[in-house]
This record gives sequence, C-alpha cells and structure tokens, in this order.
Amino acid sequence: MAQIPDKTTIAETFQNAIPYAREVGMTIELLEDGLAEMRMPYDARLVGDPETGVMHGGAVLALMDSCCGLAVIAHPDVPGLTATLGLRTDHLRKAVPGQAIVVRAECYLVTRSVAFVRATAWDDDRTRPVALSTGTFTVGGQA
Amino acid sequence: MKRPEPVQVVKQRRDAALAALVRGVPYIEFLGISFDRRGDELTAVLSYDDKIIGNPMLPAIHGGVTGSFLEIAAIIQLSWGGLWDELESGRMTVETLEGGQRPKLPKTIDFTVDYLRTGLPRDAYARARVSRSGRRYASVHVEAWQDNVQRPFAEAVGHFLMPAREDG
Repeated sequence: MAQIPDKTTIAETFQNAIPYAREVGMTIELLEDGLAEMRMPYDARLVGDPETGVMHGGAVLALMDSCCGLAVIAHPDVPGLTATLGLRTDHLRKAVPGQAIVVRAECYLVTRSVAFVRATAWDDDRTRPVALSTGTFTVGGQA
Repeated sequence: MKRPEPVQVVKQRRDAALAALVRGVPYIEFLGISFDRRGDELTAVLSYDDKIIGNPMLPAIHGGVTGSFLEIAAIIQLSWGGLWDELESGRMTVETLEGGQRPKLPKTIDFTVDYLRTGLPRDAYARARVSRSGRRYASVHVEAWQDNVQRPFAEAVGHFLMPAREDG
C-alpha cells in the first residue's frame, strides 16, 4: 500500500464518501496497483431468502461492483475516476448466513478507453467461491 | 353464462398475491423497492433515498443498487408469472399465500448488467420480460428507466434456476 499513497487516499476517501457503501458497512481490506479487496459484514437487512437467511444475490453484486471499480481506480494507468460499463456475475453457491462476504478484484488490462476486471467473492471458506464476476469500466473522460 | 367476478374481488385477490410474494424479503424492503400492478403487468419502483447513492459528486445511484434493482425486478416478475396462473386457475388461493405459504423464489444463476447512463438521484422504474420459462431454467430480460421510458439507464439479462415444483 505504501507505494501508491495517492491512490490509497483517493480510494479510501472515495469509499468513505459513498453513502451506499457506508450504509452496508463495506470496508477496504487491501489496495495495491490494480488490485482491491473489500469486505461486507453479514446483515439481516440484506437477506434475500427469509427462510434460510441467505443474503440476496444483489447485495453481493453491489459489493462486486464497488470492489471492481476500486481496483480500476487503483490501477496506475487509470487517471481519475471510472464508471461501470458492464458486469456479469455468476452465482456459484449460497453464501453461509452469518458470515461476511469478501471480494478480491483484479484490474488485469487497461487500454486507452477500457479497463477489464475480474473478481471473486467468498464467505469464510476461501477454497470455495460464492460468486465470480467479470466487468468492463470506462477509462478517462467523463463517464 | 357465468357472471364475471366483482371487480373488487378480483383486485383484492391479485393485490394480496403480489403483496405476499414481495413481503418479508428484507433486501427488497431495505432498498425501498415496491411493485405497481396493472392486470398482470408489473412495474418495479425504486423510491429514491440518499443511502442508494454511489457517487456523491455527480451525484449518481450506486451501480450495485441499480444491478440489485434489476435483479429483484427480474426475480419477482418470474415468480409472478407462475403465481398468476396458479391463482387465476384456482389451484392456489390467497388464503394459503397469506397463511405464510409464500412461493419459493427462483435462484440467480448468472446476471449481466449493462450500464447505459448515469442513474440520477430520483425514482427509477423497471420492467422485466421473461424470454423463456422452462421447468428448470428461465431467461429474463429487464430494463430500468427514470424520466423517459425510451431511454433506459440500465438493462440486464440473466438465467435463473426455478424452484422445484411440489407436484413433481
């Protein structure tokens, strides 16, 4: 984190200033060049199936989108902010009720106009992903 | 010829069924999403609230909230189609629904969101179209708009796993 203090400051300020992220308690766990990890605690308000207590796929999607965007901002070739163009999420299994979701996103390619990102979500079991995402984001100019 | 049912009876049955479907899902309530019904047509409504902002500088609705809104609109539309048939044919009654026997919701297999424009800080609407609804899998397309229905700000497609049917 030490090698990119400016990005870190931008990203953390940005994340703290996002009302939705603050509301659901998203935190930045890791931030390196083009790499971000974010965490969202289990929250009964985010449940999608009241019978099982499993969090809604949409709540996971929102964490995926935030973390992917953060990985893009943290990439050294990306000037300023970004906006999501497209995001596909595969839901591999139910997240275990009571456990936090952690997403790790990697911005693996930046062209003049587009940033490409892939991300994985887990609960406490880091060997079995809950969801996978691939996304495209804007680079430069007004989103 | 059989006399048509009184309008109030029909309306009450359909509204009660929709309420039973949506009620009790915490994340739908948390995001402030409700559903308008015209006959069997549903429109999902995302009521604006400061907490759904993702970019305070523009300001704009959080992309994840937009995605969730689309996904919820798709899931409810998908369930509603099946529920409508059950209800109108008399195979299911509002009493069973209200008795807590809520229908199991389909599960998202994959969901792909296309962000077309910035989500502005105001109410948003969405309508979903079920492209195919099979015994096990369903494909749904969903669009969301704000001021102008001709200019959607986001759209999505997804595959869903249908809940196992009790009649086998």
